[in-house]
Amino acid sequence: MMHRIRAFEESAARAATDGLVLGAIHLSIGQEAIASGICRALRPSDYLLSTHRGHGHTLAKGADAVAMMKELLGRDGGICKGKGGSMHIADVGVGMLGANGVVAANINIAAGAAHAIRLRRSDGIACTIFGDGAINRGPFLEGANWAAVFGLPALFVCESNGFASTTRTTAMTAGPGAAERIRALGIPADEVDGNDVVAVDETARAAVAAVRSGGGPRFILCHTYRLHGHTSTDPARYRSEDEVREAWKNDPIARCATQLREAGVDEEMLLGHRDAAAAEMAEAYETARAAPWPDRALAYSDIQDIGDPRERAY
Amino acid sequence: MTVMSYAAAGRQALAEEMRRDPLVWAVGEDLGRGGVFGQYQGLQEEFGAERISDAPISESAIMGACVGAAMAGTRPVVEMRFADFALCAIDELVNQAAKARYMLGGQIRVPMVIREPMGMWRSSAAQHSQSLESWYTHIPGLAVAVPSTPADNLGLLKTAIRSDDPVVYLEHKNSWGLEGEVPDADVLIPFGSARLHREGSDLTLVSWSAQVHVAAAAAETLAASGTSVEVIDLRTLWPWDRDAVLASVDKTGRLLVTHESVAVGGFGAEVCATVAEHSHGVLKGPVRRLAAPRIPISYAPPLEDQVRVTAEMIVSTVTDMLRG
Ligand SMILES: Cc1ncc(C[n+]2csc(CCOP(=O)(O)OP(=O)(O)O)c2C)c(N)n1
Repeated sequence: MMHRIRAFEESAARAATDGLVLGAIHLSIGQEAIASGICRALRPSDYLLSTHRGHGHTLAKGADAVAMMKELLGRDGGICKGKGGSMHIADVGVGMLGANGVVAANINIAAGAAHAIRLRRSDGIACTIFGDGAINRGPFLEGANWAAVFGLPALFVCESNGFASTTRTTAMTAGPGAAERIRALGIPADEVDGNDVVAVDETARAAVAAVRSGGGPRFILCHTYRLHGHTSTDPARYRSEDEVREAWKNDPIARCATQLREAGVDEEMLLGHRDAAAAEMAEAYETARAAPWPDRALAYSDIQDIGDPRERAY
Repeated sequence: MTVMSYAAAGRQALAEEMRRDPLVWAVGEDLGRGGVFGQYQGLQEEFGAERISDAPISESAIMGACVGAAMAGTRPVVEMRFADFALCAIDELVNQAAKARYMLGGQIRVPMVIREPMGMWRSSAAQHSQSLESWYTHIPGLAVAVPSTPADNLGLLKTAIRSDDPVVYLEHKNSWGLEGEVPDADVLIPFGSARLHREGSDLTLVSWSAQVHVAAAAAETLAASGTSVEVIDLRTLWPWDRDAVLASVDKTGRLLVTHESVAVGGFGAEVCATVAEHSHGVLKGPVRRLAAPRIPISYAPPLEDQVRVTAEMIVSTVTDMLRG
């Protein structure tokens, strides 16, 4: 899965360079272990709510890569019919209720999805992944408090990649950070090396089991690093090349490969996975760029059942 | 027919819908004790604390959680306490609830009702008195209801709860005690269908929410002096019943719109513009609006009164229009 996410992001970056991605895209290169580890612990019927940096989460939850790529390119057959683009990527069929263009907004929405699970007496959980920048917006407090007060089956995951756009998160965050803030609400919080897929997997499995068994909300703080710029076009000059070079040594995919090699998995198999993922996503890109634009009439559907959306000035 | 108050009609609508559909639930601050205006009185006793749920003072979470709960298969009724406080949750309403269905390409629906008691009531000053209905009409994805009578509150709220899309439901705080007849049968009032409040032939007077009663009082006064005013209550502003208004103006040739909210950028402008665009040939004079000046709402009665459009003002404007 980590290879597939990396390859998807690299194909998306290529599409952006080729001028075929229309809006901004936010790549999750370097953060693949979190998407993979967290989503592996979730069932397809569990809900996931993500962020503007959500391609990896969406793929890991089971969405179709070709339909996602078409969405990024705004083409017919896009997973959201070309109406959302990268920042609204979603696949409700696999429980992925959406990325979000508004930082932190999905924290409240996930708390509500968990509320619905409770009201419907289902055994699902709602999980939301957000960045470290999101913890300074109100919904972080409000949504977490909501989930705690009502004892809801919600899992909150913070992808702490060190940056919020072009600013270091630490520069704009008071106090000891996300985990302490959450613990102050009485919600159990784990901290994990987010570039260690095995550690994320183990932590996620334990947390999901606890949430699913009715233990109320939980929080996982995953430490990671955003290897690329904020958007695909951001050169990220606000940090040194040395810093980035150092961070690449902690690449979660390379680390996982080392672990697998040590466990006796042969090199051919490892490369095979990487190459298969690269081929899959290169093809997804080719398929997407060959697809036509969506029918203009689609602009007027999926708004609301009542009222005529064509209403405009004459 | 039964006579009941506007508040009781809202309560009955919710109770009936909750009995009919176990996925309907309501959440807001102090609902357990009946809500701040008593419009939820007795409901927690019947439906339990889970379905008539209290909430922390977290408007953004109340609204946002209900967006999530609606996406995940329930039908929440959100109580915002005062329309003014919904502004603490405007991202959740405007960026999330209104657009989720569209942004996700129709993969999801957001069936929620956002109840926002609005309007001037007992010297509540600038943060507890606003009528912001026109803002919401500007947002694709939202429906906007502005009931003026107990019967409409019953029938429109039931329709709102059964809607699969978000509905901003604006009850007027000064109308809670208003009594009126409501039908005994399960009557749903469709959105986009105006109510002819009073038939007339000389001028079309369009209004909504509590201002309908001010308009009706003016029409009554004018009738005494032989002027026949047709009063139309739009009941919903999105969608709005332009056919009813255009048909009435075809008949009368004159249009006055009055609302409690600020005139500038108000929905009256939309109604007037539509009529000006469509009915130019039949208009016997310019279309007019009577609404609030662009000042915050004050506390002291003489100051607060400056934003009120009174029946006397309507009478004199109508008289003026008919003379001209
Ligand atoms: C409410 C809001 N404010 C600002 C933005 C602009 N913005 C988009 S992403 C971003 C940085 C978010 O940082 P973080 O939450 O740490 O996530 P990351 O980008 O690191 O994954 C900002 C400021 C936004 N989308 N929404």
